[in-house]
Amino acid sequence: MLKTKDLQYSYDSSNALRFPDINCDKGAHWLLIGQSGCGKTTLLHLLGGLLTPNSGSVTIANTNLNALGSSKLDQFRGKNIGIIFQKSHFVKALTVGENLGLAQQLAGEKIDKARTQALLDRLNLGHKFNSKPSSLSQGEQQRVAIARALINKPAVILADEPTSALDDTNTDEVIKLLEEAAAEVNATLLVVTHDNRLKERFKNQIQL
Amino acid sequence: MTLSLVLFALGVGLISLLLVLNKQLQDNFDKNLAGIDLIIGAKGSPLQMILCSMYHIDNPTGNVSIKEIKPFLNPKHPLIEKAVPMSMGDSHKGYRIVGTNHDLLEFYNAKVGEGSAWSKTMEVTIGAVVANELNMKIGDTFKSSHGLVRDDNLVHDDSEDLKVVGVLQPTGSVIDQLILTNTQSIWAVHEGHAHDMENDSLAHNHSDAPKSLLEEDETKEITSVLIKFKGHNYQALNMGRSINENTDMQAATPAIELNRLHSQMDIGTKALNMLAWIIVFVSGLSVFISLFSSLKDRKYELALMRVMGATPEKLFILILLEGLMLAVLGYIIGMAMGHIGMEILAGHMRDTYRYSFSGKEFLTEEFYVLIGALGVGLLAAIIPAFQARNTDISETLSKG
Repeated sequence: MLKTKDLQYSYDSSNALRFPDINCDKGAHWLLIGQSGCGKTTLLHLLGGLLTPNSGSVTIANTNLNALGSSKLDQFRGKNIGIIFQKSHFVKALTVGENLGLAQQLAGEKIDKARTQALLDRLNLGHKFNSKPSSLSQGEQQRVAIARALINKPAVILADEPTSALDDTNTDEVIKLLEEAAAEVNATLLVVTHDNRLKERFKNQIQL
Repeated sequence: MTLSLVLFALGVGLISLLLVLNKQLQDNFDKNLAGIDLIIGAKGSPLQMILCSMYHIDNPTGNVSIKEIKPFLNPKHPLIEKAVPMSMGDSHKGYRIVGTNHDLLEFYNAKVGEGSAWSKTMEVTIGAVVANELNMKIGDTFKSSHGLVRDDNLVHDDSEDLKVVGVLQPTGSVIDQLILTNTQSIWAVHEGHAHDMENDSLAHNHSDAPKSLLEEDETKEITSVLIKFKGHNYQALNMGRSINENTDMQAATPAIELNRLHSQMDIGTKALNMLAWIIVFVSGLSVFISLFSSLKDRKYELALMRVMGATPEKLFILILLEGLMLAVLGYIIGMAMGHIGMEILAGHMRDTYRYSFSGKEFLTEEFYVLIGALGVGLLAAIIPAFQARNTDISETLSKG
């Protein structure tokens, strides 16, 4: 489902980052753990097709990302890859519901308000459909970000440090939520983190 | 962004106002040219004489005596097809009373709508606008007053009443704004005090059609004569100069004087127009700056849209549309401002000049202004749009 081979990326010519090969099955949940500065975010961006590797390949759902043209890659990402960033950002001028609608529209899907509402209900955010993201609490914003990553039923969900700012209770909740949500759409979940608390929760782990 | 929009609208509004104003001024001037080739009157400013005798927005330069003007009124004059005497100086409630003959109606293609054209002294036929505004109808009588201003102190109290015998059909020209009568009526009003003494002569006049001006007392005066030539030959063209050189009167060619007036006004309108476009371009610059700086705040949003599947081209179009929408919005607000402004101005100008101006007229040129506005919007947005297109998503997102 999610496969990398000989991935290599360098910001400058002197030191290149090499990444171990990854091979995640469909619906599997993986933890990618590593200390700060070891290239976690770079790897996540490579996996999401936000960066192009210097060499090696990323394959998602039998599609080699590096073989896609720029516009095709954008479309593919919108449809098949849900990314949850460390900090939640939204289009400020739009409401929560509209932000999710935009995610559907930009991926080339029809805007499905019923699905958006159902998804928000699932995440206990049903009443926030018409609120502006900025009026939400941090935790709520993160849940909206999760909803946005799930809205198009992606094949792969990438989460970048989803728990770094949370206490133990909330960490548990968020991870549970991510696992449930991923399981619901049968997506491959890959959590990238330096948070050692998560080590016990995932059987599949990659150490960077 | 609001400031840019206001600036933009202001520029567009000013351009639209100038276009409409210029067009209507020109229209009003041209409509009233009425094929008049030459105007002869008392010495003074030729432009004033034209503004007075043709457009009725200025005072006479003075009077000329029948003796002086007689040769030009003679129907046997070899060069002149038509010569229409004009006697001015009186008005009724702000509308000018003109002593003339029926040839004036022909100049302006005016037809009598109701009643008849004046025939006897003290009979008047009124223009459509006069009838409308003053609510006057056939059979009404009134006393004229001196000058062009409404002032009860200037009414010729001791003169005889003028009587409305007809109303002209509307023509859209200045004749709509006039009260027409014969030359003798004007004289009668000013000699009115002598009515009792010269009982026989004046009272006599009233019942008959008046004498031709050629037979009148040579010391009497009229204001000016409007002349139409038989043909535009060398002699005809020279007549004006010869009058100016050899008589105590002056002659002026309306086309030449108006051209001069136009070119003088043109400098003003051109400068204002340029200023308006400068305002539009400055507002375009301001749109550019605000789009450019807002990109910094929205960089993350744009990167996010890319993550959600938007192509770089989509972001490019998005920013471009933003600039274009601002331009369209500014154009609509500007057009509204321009035309509302023109409507307000038109009200004042109608009161002052008694000409028809309106803010409800839209011009093809204003459509070109829309194209220009869109061009400015496009120009202002294109660099920010490229910037948005080239956003490095990974870098932006990792800086968070």
